[in-house]
Amino acid sequence: MENAENLIALLVAAPLLGAVVLLCGGRRLDKAGHWIGTLLAAASFVIGLVLFADMLGRGAEERTLRSTLYSWIPVEGFQADIAFQLDQLSMTFVLLITGVGSLIHLYSVGYMEHDERRRRFFGYLNLFLAAMLLLVLADNYLLLYVGWEGVGLASYLLIGFWQHKPSAATAAKKAFLVNRVGDMGLSIAIMLMFTTFGTFAFGPVLEATGDTSEGMLTAIGLMLLLAACGKSAQVPLQSWLGDAMEGPTPVSALIHAATMVTAGVYLITRSGAIFNAAPDAQLAVVVVGAVTLLFGAIVGCAKDDIKKALAGSTMSQIGYMILAAGLGPIGYAFAIMHLVTHGFFKAGLFLGAGSVMHGMNDEVDMRKYGALRKYMPITFATFGLGYLAIIGFPGLSGFFSKDKIIEAAFAKGGTEGWILGAVTLLGAAITAYYMTRVMILTFFGEKRWQPAPDPATAPGVEPGVEAKPGEMPHPHESPKSMTIPMILLAFGSVFAGGFFGIGDRFVNWLAPVTEFEHGHPPIGAAAITSATVAVMVIGVSIAYLQYGRRPVPVTAPRGSLLTRAARRDLLQDDFNHIVLVRGGEHLTRSLVYVDHSLVDGVVNGTAASVGGLSGRLRKLQNGYARSYAVSMFGGTAVLIAATLLMRAV
Amino acid sequence: MNPVNYLYLAALLFTIGAAGVLIRRNAIVVFMCVELMLNACNLAFVAFSRMHGNLDGQIIAFFTMVVAAAEVVVGLAIIVSLFRARHSASVDDASLMKL
Amino acid sequence: MSAITLAASATSTGEAVQFWILGTVAVVGALCTILMRKAVHSALCLAATMIILAVFYLANGAYFLGVVQIIVYTGAIMMLFLFVVMLVGVTAADSLKETLKGQRWWAAACALGFGILLAAGIGNASLTTFNGLGVANAGGNVEGIARRIFTTYVFAFEITGALLITAAVGAMVLTHRERTERARTQRELSQQRVRDGKQVPPLPAPGVYARHNAVDVAGLLPDGTPADLTVMDTLRKHGQIRDVSSEALEDLKALERRSRERLGRDRDEEEASR
Repeated sequence: MENAENLIALLVAAPLLGAVVLLCGGRRLDKAGHWIGTLLAAASFVIGLVLFADMLGRGAEERTLRSTLYSWIPVEGFQADIAFQLDQLSMTFVLLITGVGSLIHLYSVGYMEHDERRRRFFGYLNLFLAAMLLLVLADNYLLLYVGWEGVGLASYLLIGFWQHKPSAATAAKKAFLVNRVGDMGLSIAIMLMFTTFGTFAFGPVLEATGDTSEGMLTAIGLMLLLAACGKSAQVPLQSWLGDAMEGPTPVSALIHAATMVTAGVYLITRSGAIFNAAPDAQLAVVVVGAVTLLFGAIVGCAKDDIKKALAGSTMSQIGYMILAAGLGPIGYAFAIMHLVTHGFFKAGLFLGAGSVMHGMNDEVDMRKYGALRKYMPITFATFGLGYLAIIGFPGLSGFFSKDKIIEAAFAKGGTEGWILGAVTLLGAAITAYYMTRVMILTFFGEKRWQPAPDPATAPGVEPGVEAKPGEMPHPHESPKSMTIPMILLAFGSVFAGGFFGIGDRFVNWLAPVTEFEHGHPPIGAAAITSATVAVMVIGVSIAYLQYGRRPVPVTAPRGSLLTRAARRDLLQDDFNHIVLVRGGEHLTRSLVYVDHSLVDGVVNGTAASVGGLSGRLRKLQNGYARSYAVSMFGGTAVLIAATLLMRAV
Repeated sequence: MNPVNYLYLAALLFTIGAAGVLIRRNAIVVFMCVELMLNACNLAFVAFSRMHGNLDGQIIAFFTMVVAAAEVVVGLAIIVSLFRARHSASVDDASLMKL
Repeated sequence: MSAITLAASATSTGEAVQFWILGTVAVVGALCTILMRKAVHSALCLAATMIILAVFYLANGAYFLGVVQIIVYTGAIMMLFLFVVMLVGVTAADSLKETLKGQRWWAAACALGFGILLAAGIGNASLTTFNGLGVANAGGNVEGIARRIFTTYVFAFEITGALLITAAVGAMVLTHRERTERARTQRELSQQRVRDGKQVPPLPAPGVYARHNAVDVAGLLPDGTPADLTVMDTLRKHGQIRDVSSEALEDLKALERRSRERLGRDRDEEEASR
């Protein structure tokens, strides 16, 4: 196709148009707003498909499209363009974002049916799509930063969408603030790039890494990692993701599972050349990924809130991706592959969770579910397929992508390889455990349903379901607009992995962009695969023994120390509170003290001394002509002295 | 004797006059001290005239005298009217410029 | 001839002697001017200083100025001062107590510094050669000055004329008081006195004594105390009443004693005769 690059801007423009129309359109769009938003998201997806077809029609080396819209900041020595770059990596993201995004728009039509601010919700969703597409399509770091901030803003607006709930407002603020820390990392990285390379366009920067000192590259890499940690909820900036579940469930599915939180993985993969040249930064990436992988998994085991359990899982799965991205050329492609399959099954799982909540008076506590498989068969089926995919059941998507990551971890080589391999295997076992727990608690066992909470005592109830206080839930299957996206995502969960993984199709597709080399694990691939399956079976069995064979109490037992810590997100908030909040308070107090004593002292002292001096000088103005005459006479004497001195000199 | 001594004398008289202006409170005496200072200047001018060998210095002294006469007339009139208004000729009593 | 010699660059011994003697007197006069308590004394000392300055002018070949100094300055201006002093109060002595804090010290310090600097400036100026006025005064000093005034300085001269007239008018304006009401007649004044009932007859005359016959001496009441009412208002306000009552009482006592002595002796003689 001729001039395909002209279509790239349209990818971003369509949802942006939707956002503008919906947010500025006013109440007259209330009735049609959600369809406008969905259509524009779908339009973007169609454009993405057209571009994809066009891209497939070209040779592997000619697939990258570039398009410069206009020069944003044309300054001598500082060239910032609104320019897009569409290569295989971007294309993967475009299809994931617009595809999953469109499905979730569709799902939201049903889910948000009773919300009177639905139009605004769709406006925010479109804004998010536009910003996310800008992020992955930008051809330089500055424009990427614009998109990065844009998704942050959309995330903030959507987490706090039910702003009348104090918890949602707080969660939104928390997400915003924690993300700022990461954003600072990105901005510093961009500044470093500019001072080092004189530009921040992907091409020149990534080509110039060979000529740059490793120290500078490590600094840039660590700053990029900080940015990725903020956006992708990695340790130590992970604390916002759990609270972000206060947002509507479609938001959790789209932004906080499938797309936005993977922006960190995109950033690291995109900047692969920098990390390849800075092994220290790469090691930091791997460590962060490994720690988060276990951290998220442990948190996921302890949560009774279905969305928070899934959020822990998201954190853990992104830990896998970050770890893979940190492995270098042997891992980039698998990170992205896992990202895509995770996008499918995690979005499906979240949509399933939303569907369950929809049927259960917006109850989120899994201990109050149980035996739902008979009442919500479609949800059960799609959720179940997503479950099988995430635990890595052989043949489903998660199996292919996760298995590759574990192989790549072993292939890192040396002690590191063994440690990473062990961690990823352990993570797989825990994943199987907590997902089985979620599955059993929700769909199997006895009914443990509770009457709907009283809004007066429980203000945190999502609007949309008109459950009278005290009414028992009567679960029902969700409407078609909700089930269809779930079914489609379930298809993705089942087949995407096999489609990508068999015959290295995905790897070959991405290889021109991300570099790829085959890793050589110290033990055979088959052995690793067997081990993966084995730990998965172990995890499932433990969960079954613990929850499937025994009745589950409605109120959570006290649990061990680890369980209690995990319920509190492994004390992350306490850590933040003690170290950052208290520390900040102490810092502020001491600054206030310094301000009061030193700064104010200087200021007030100056004022007081000026005042005192003036008071004394005032006495010189006593109104007596003779005093003035003395000053004049003295002044004359001084003038004469000065004249004589000047003469003498 | 070097005629420069006249200049030293003029300087001394001028300084005495200035000190008198600063010390005395009676406006009339202050005024007299001003006259003393003017006379000291005149003496210097006359001495300069002799030093340069021309009469310009004397003419300046002459003009000084004329101006001093005018000044004395106006100044004494002011003192008289001030005395009429305040029954005092002290310069310290006219301290309305004080804050 | 004498003009040429007097104005020569090297002064004669006579001039030196004159300078040192009269210079000392001039400085003493100036000091007295600023140190005398009474304004009249200050004025007289200043007049003396000015006369000495006139002599110095003459010695320096400025004959015209010397004469003008005596006639205009000492004769007219200083007499004007004396008139004003009289108006304000001849005997009113200034208190020499300083009321402004530190004023004297500052004045002394400034004067000292100023004088030293001035002297240093003069000493620094290397004024060794004096041309003398022999040539300039050759055609006569008055003629020389007249030539200058009416040629080179004619505009300045005319302007000083305008200045003098302005000053004269200004002085009149300042001291003139507009009468805003008709002066009352003697008849009206007497009616006023009767109506007020305070002092119907004319005021008593001041004291008239054998030794004092002045307006500033109060008349004595029968008990010997002075009656201020007898002295005119202006002098009362200036506090210039001379108190002679105690003196008069002393005199009276002495007189009585003397007469008693004489009378007593007479009485003794009477008793003896009886």
